Amino acid sequence: MAARDLHGPDAPWGDFQVVGKRNRKVDAMAKATGEAVYTDDIQLPGMLHAKMLRSPHAHARVLSIDTSKAEALPGVHGVLVGAELPVKYGVIPWTQDENALATDKVRFIGDEVAAVAAIDEDTALEALELIDVEYEVLDAILDPQDALTRTEPQVHEGRKRQDNISKHVLLEFGDVDAQVDSADVVIEEDYSFHGNTHTPIEPHCAVAQAGADGRLTLWSATQITHYVHRALARVLEMEPERIRVIQPCLGGAFGGKSDPFSLEFVVAKLALKTGRPVKMLWTREEVFYAHRGRHPMRLHYRTTAKADGTVTGVDARILIDGGSYSSFGLVTTYYSGQLLAGPYAFPNYRFDSTRVFTNKPPCGPKRGHGSVQPRFAFEVQLDEVAARLGIDPIEIRRRNFVGEHTETVNGQRITSNGFQQCLDAVEAASGWQERRGKLPRGRGLGVAGSMYISGTNYPVYPNHMPQAGVQLKADRSGLVTLFTGGNDIGQGSNSMAAYLVAEELGMDVANIKVVAADTDLCPVDLGAYSSRVTFMVGNACIDAARKLRAQVVTAVAKRWEVEERDVRMMQGRVFSLSDPDKTLPTREAFWIAEEEYDTLGVTGSYNTPHLGGKYRGGTIGASPAYSFTSHVAEVEVDEETGRITVQKVWVAHDCGRALNPMIVSGQIEGSTYMGAAEVVLEEQEMNRFGLHRGPSLLDYRIPTSLDTPAIEAHIVESIDPEGPFGAKEAGEGPLHSTIPAIANAVYDAVGIRLRHLPFTPGKVLAALAAEAKSC
Amino acid sequence: MPPMRVLRLHVNGDELELAAPEHWSLLEVLRYRAGLTGSKQGCDKGDCGACTVLIDGEPQLACLLVPATLEGRAITTIEGLAPAHRRAGGEGVDPVQDAFDQCGALQCGFCQPGMILSAKALLTRNPQPSHRQIQDALAGNLCRCTGYTQIYQAVERAAEELAAAATGATGTDAAGTGEQV
Repeated sequence: MAARDLHGPDAPWGDFQVVGKRNRKVDAMAKATGEAVYTDDIQLPGMLHAKMLRSPHAHARVLSIDTSKAEALPGVHGVLVGAELPVKYGVIPWTQDENALATDKVRFIGDEVAAVAAIDEDTALEALELIDVEYEVLDAILDPQDALTRTEPQVHEGRKRQDNISKHVLLEFGDVDAQVDSADVVIEEDYSFHGNTHTPIEPHCAVAQAGADGRLTLWSATQITHYVHRALARVLEMEPERIRVIQPCLGGAFGGKSDPFSLEFVVAKLALKTGRPVKMLWTREEVFYAHRGRHPMRLHYRTTAKADGTVTGVDARILIDGGSYSSFGLVTTYYSGQLLAGPYAFPNYRFDSTRVFTNKPPCGPKRGHGSVQPRFAFEVQLDEVAARLGIDPIEIRRRNFVGEHTETVNGQRITSNGFQQCLDAVEAASGWQERRGKLPRGRGLGVAGSMYISGTNYPVYPNHMPQAGVQLKADRSGLVTLFTGGNDIGQGSNSMAAYLVAEELGMDVANIKVVAADTDLCPVDLGAYSSRVTFMVGNACIDAARKLRAQVVTAVAKRWEVEERDVRMMQGRVFSLSDPDKTLPTREAFWIAEEEYDTLGVTGSYNTPHLGGKYRGGTIGASPAYSFTSHVAEVEVDEETGRITVQKVWVAHDCGRALNPMIVSGQIEGSTYMGAAEVVLEEQEMNRFGLHRGPSLLDYRIPTSLDTPAIEAHIVESIDPEGPFGAKEAGEGPLHSTIPAIANAVYDAVGIRLRHLPFTPGKVLAALAAEAKSC
Repeated sequence: MPPMRVLRLHVNGDELELAAPEHWSLLEVLRYRAGLTGSKQGCDKGDCGACTVLIDGEPQLACLLVPATLEGRAITTIEGLAPAHRRAGGEGVDPVQDAFDQCGALQCGFCQPGMILSAKALLTRNPQPSHRQIQDALAGNLCRCTGYTQIYQAVERAAEELAAAATGATGTDAAGTGEQV
């Protein structure tokens, strides 16, 4: 990162030319015209279509599988069972407990058992009916409390632990118990957060081709090309250099495509087996069972505070329902505690988090991974502290502000922090001081705050190589091609990368061509998760572009016989400040640089500085920068029907510098929309057999235009010293505090504390009745 | 093999003759026979709206349509919008597509072909819709990325652009969505 400190977060010369402007996205027009190619749009000659046979039982031993009748069906070209893919995988190297197809047991309704590739989907589906599976049905564990106490049956046998605990983390900073006696107020309550799921509009899809050159290509709707590449090599027992993974245009992910999924291994194996390209497209129902969404959590919090509202200690005990596999669960368990230590300072903090296995679809990272649930509980509890002490809810948040350029109680370094400005913005925009507590009964305002990581130091698998790398090729045509392993999942990361390179080189964004997420062509980036792409890929882009700019400027200065500081690159031209006659199109400057330096190409990298608390797990949740958010929600509660309507949400988000305010606003609005839906509409719920209650977009109610509250997004720019031109994340942070802001608004509206999500009319009516009785 | 049917469909101004399994939906025929993959499949059950196409100018769900019933009807997919705009003497893409781009309404883009066609149909029948009318017209198209705000802005912007263009234009059906077979 030699070039990193050339001009810090400031513009290369004078004012920004690209950054901070409402530039068009590099791929939007292709999407608007239908030209963009998503995975299911790929059609290869001779391509077969594969379908998956899934378990009808929540927990069962697979005694035998007879595929002979399926194999004999005309049109069937390949049948696959678990014995052919025996190597286990999982995104976290320490907890690899998944098989592409069941090898011994099935652990949830929908767990994959066998697959068929045939000339079309109809034939493949017909063949699935012909596969005979003999199961020994086992007792299923569906309740997380059962999973905590029962050691039999075990969802996963043969582990070091002879129980159903997936991960347990207990960390204490300071002494929380000692605060209780001296506290002016102690609030201790139970909260719960329900399961919900990502629901990208594009279902999972993968296509594999085993080429005549002995190399395997996988196109997949994934947000982690690099990890899929590693997992394929492991499971297929192939050399990684013989495997190419490409992420085509992606139709939404939100964390739901950040695990390696069974279909990726299955199509690859079937392509190798049959010698023909193979595609598998999951149905919407299958996507609901694939899940990896928000973990249900039961949370117990105790907060101690002084009379002035200063929080002295927070004590949390959290039970996490992980579903049937580990997925990111190790990280989830840490995040459930590690990411709560801001934007407020509390000198004493303890969390005791336990993730358990149950026989339900596996949970994983949904937007705001692991920290949305504790944020809900704590922000509601903080509101309770404020109410008890008679302090304005915004004021109590200001009084506990952790500050900027500081360290949290658990040893996380905070750099820039615009949380106070976020509070100011939503307070003013919502008319908080004039309206809160003064609206007619049934209407109310609530506030909450939050923080989130901009990437994490923890690179999933241990290594000391860069987290993000890019390459730039400057062509004689004047085009610069930018190769990045980063995954654009709709958040606009390819556009972000192009903007930064265009800014550094003084070029038109249209002359930066982005080639992304193709493991044969692009340097490694770890993928689109933990809100890391803008920060990490962005810094790598700046690093590379500054090296290229140095070559061009040096070569041109030499040719013109002027000082290097006299040469500028701007608006597609290179010119001399002192001599207006000396000017060239950038294209011709590239020729001069190529004569001086040979073929033009540079690399850029980013790796995190050494961060994190000096204790086991201290690097999990350590981020080079944190984003901050505040929401004010306005709700209307119908006391006859119990229905909550979220009328409007004001949200302010500190994203460092907004590299494109239009895209940042889109991320803030989309996050807030998704958070609001978790409160009143969406629930991923299994019945007593482990069967999903409604695996369709009709039953699982993601909001339509008519269900979505008005959202007013405000951008706060704190300019982070280490972010790319000062930028931090914007894609996940702005979800968190939507949820407690709505809960706190309900309290303002009708005086009830709702602590158990989702807020259904039944719960509202019960709470209203209890409130009436206690008065 | 399932029974096949030969279909004569009028798609984006072209007369296409295609053979497809007779139980296939219009969406499958468009995507996997006609190669028009711009129409997306999000649910295959009529719940998400990603497959929305225009049938004689009206937005309909291609995953629920039986193609044999559509012979003689004008089918417009997302791929047809910009060429129709050019045929009508316009430049670039349809103003609705351009507005979606300019307003940041395209994130993952998967719902947007359907969303844009629903917006196009709205503006064709109601060139100056209210905010509420826009919300109503798009209620059948689920978007998971945007929270809809920038989509509303795009439709409002497209309405302004179309109004500005109409003051000097000849009043042609720029997108050709209602063009007769």
